[in-house]
Amino acid sequence: MLGLILRRLSISAVILLIVSMLVFVATLLLPGDPAQAILGQQATPERLEALREQMNLNDPFAQRYLHWLGGLFVGDFGVSAASGGSVAALLGDRIAASLVLMALAAAISIPVGILVGTYSALRRGRAGDHAATGISLVLAALPDFVIGIALVTLFSTTVFTVLPSVTMAPPGEQVWDYPSQLILPVLTLVLVVMPYIIRMMRTTMIEVLDSGYVEMARLKGVPERQVIVRHALPHAIAPVAQVVAIQLAWLAGGIVVVEFLFRYPGVGQALVDAVTNRDVQVVQALAMLIAAVYVVVNLLADIVGIVTNPKLRTGGIR
Amino acid sequence: MTTIDTATEAIAVPPGLLRRIIRQRQAKIGLVLTGIVVLVAVVGPLLLPWLTGYTSTEFAGRPFQPDGVFGTDNLGRDILSRFLGGGLTLLVFAALATALGMVLGTAAGMLAAYQGGALDGIIMRGNDVLLALPQLVFALLAITVLGPQGWVVVLVIGITHAPRIARVTRSAASAVITEDFIRASEMYAVPRWKILLKDVLPNITGPLMVELGLRMTYSIAAIASLSFLGLGMQPPTADWGLMINENRIALTVQPWGVILPVLAIAILTVGSNLITDAVARASATVEENK
Repeated sequence: MLGLILRRLSISAVILLIVSMLVFVATLLLPGDPAQAILGQQATPERLEALREQMNLNDPFAQRYLHWLGGLFVGDFGVSAASGGSVAALLGDRIAASLVLMALAAAISIPVGILVGTYSALRRGRAGDHAATGISLVLAALPDFVIGIALVTLFSTTVFTVLPSVTMAPPGEQVWDYPSQLILPVLTLVLVVMPYIIRMMRTTMIEVLDSGYVEMARLKGVPERQVIVRHALPHAIAPVAQVVAIQLAWLAGGIVVVEFLFRYPGVGQALVDAVTNRDVQVVQALAMLIAAVYVVVNLLADIVGIVTNPKLRTGGIR
Repeated sequence: MTTIDTATEAIAVPPGLLRRIIRQRQAKIGLVLTGIVVLVAVVGPLLLPWLTGYTSTEFAGRPFQPDGVFGTDNLGRDILSRFLGGGLTLLVFAALATALGMVLGTAAGMLAAYQGGALDGIIMRGNDVLLALPQLVFALLAITVLGPQGWVVVLVIGITHAPRIARVTRSAASAVITEDFIRASEMYAVPRWKILLKDVLPNITGPLMVELGLRMTYSIAAIASLSFLGLGMQPPTADWGLMINENRIALTVQPWGVILPVLAIAILTVGSNLITDAVARASATVEENK
């Protein structure tokens, strides 16, 4: 089992390395000079040359790549062309703010999704099930910003005006000091992520409920409640863990639109701003950050899959 | 002709995939929903001038006024005109991106499954790399380098669809290529591309149709999202995603500029998802009948 996990780990490392090359090549393709972009049109040739030297722009391409890659490991992401400050300082608070958003969305959508999916499976074919599957089918189809705008229209502007539609924390204070501002962004993410968890939970639970050992437990006279909690649920959790991981990985990219919509001061909003300003250093740093989260979460999903699968765990396969 | 007909009747061949799709209630609802939006998007630009009196970029008055049917937008343009004129680009771009992704993905997936060996390895590892970046982040990276232009959006959405489609194609095709009729074609020395096109492709249409529907829904969502972020279609183009971006600051005074395009995108994606769901069910029954 350990060998299998190590193999997955090394594959992930190689993938991240290739992604970093792809992301870095983006700078090469960009027209114009980053030093010029930072200093502006009025800069003297001497200052330009000095900044180029400072940013290592005169070094050969491979050396610049290695320098950049080395910087990523020690938290040195380069200099932002738009603000002139270091990218790391720009992103510090924003990473924490985005993590709060993701953690809250995950903490709500996973248990609720599992509960609704189980309920749906138990009431298969009845009204409650039809409602749950119908709603999750519709929600799964809607783009995230459509769900977000619908919530804003409902709760903060046109219909009711009970919740703030934008996040605004005075400088120095953190976003989580204003919980009411977090409700709509978190709710949007929950509604985007949950349908997939519900659908997967329902499908696996139905499969498990039809299996021989659940029938056996029922025939033995085990109370229905215990059949579900002790016999059925543990077997359905493993496949659902994979879907949960995929959804968490999706959150890493999905926060971009939701943060932009609610003006939430996280990495997603920073990414959109950087793309608008063509601030390559920031885009690169954020792309690598999001890719890293994506790859790590997928790796965790694989590991959960290996650990919960008895055949893989004991080395029966391979 | 008649003898053949009676012969097929006798074996009771299951109805074709299309007919089985249409028979489902979900497919009917989905077709009606998407049909309405497609009709608005396609006929809208033609009816524009005499229906509202303004083109989609013409100024009709002062900003955020209740003039006309739905009022004016942030720059004083007629909202109904912009709505009617703003759907076609989204649909065309989504269709182009989906088509590009389907062609690339199907070709890569079939090649990987049929050739196996080193080529399979290279294609599938390449897929893993492309899948390591979320689609939207990949698109944003491309837009940073190449600028927010229509062809960049189509290209990058198409390319990021391809690995996902290739995976599905590969697993569907691997089941087909071990069949005897493929070996028979090989013995007749039929060229490889012909085997893939004439023998493999027709046998994996079920999963590919599901993938087509799914990717179309995602393309619409992704392209509309990019425009919403202000990084897809650029002003003064009339575009549903862009309209939402431009008018959301005035949601309290002039909600129509946001509500109309949001509703259209919602109906469109829900409709195409319903159709996809029906296709998935219909092609699943084919598998059972085999």
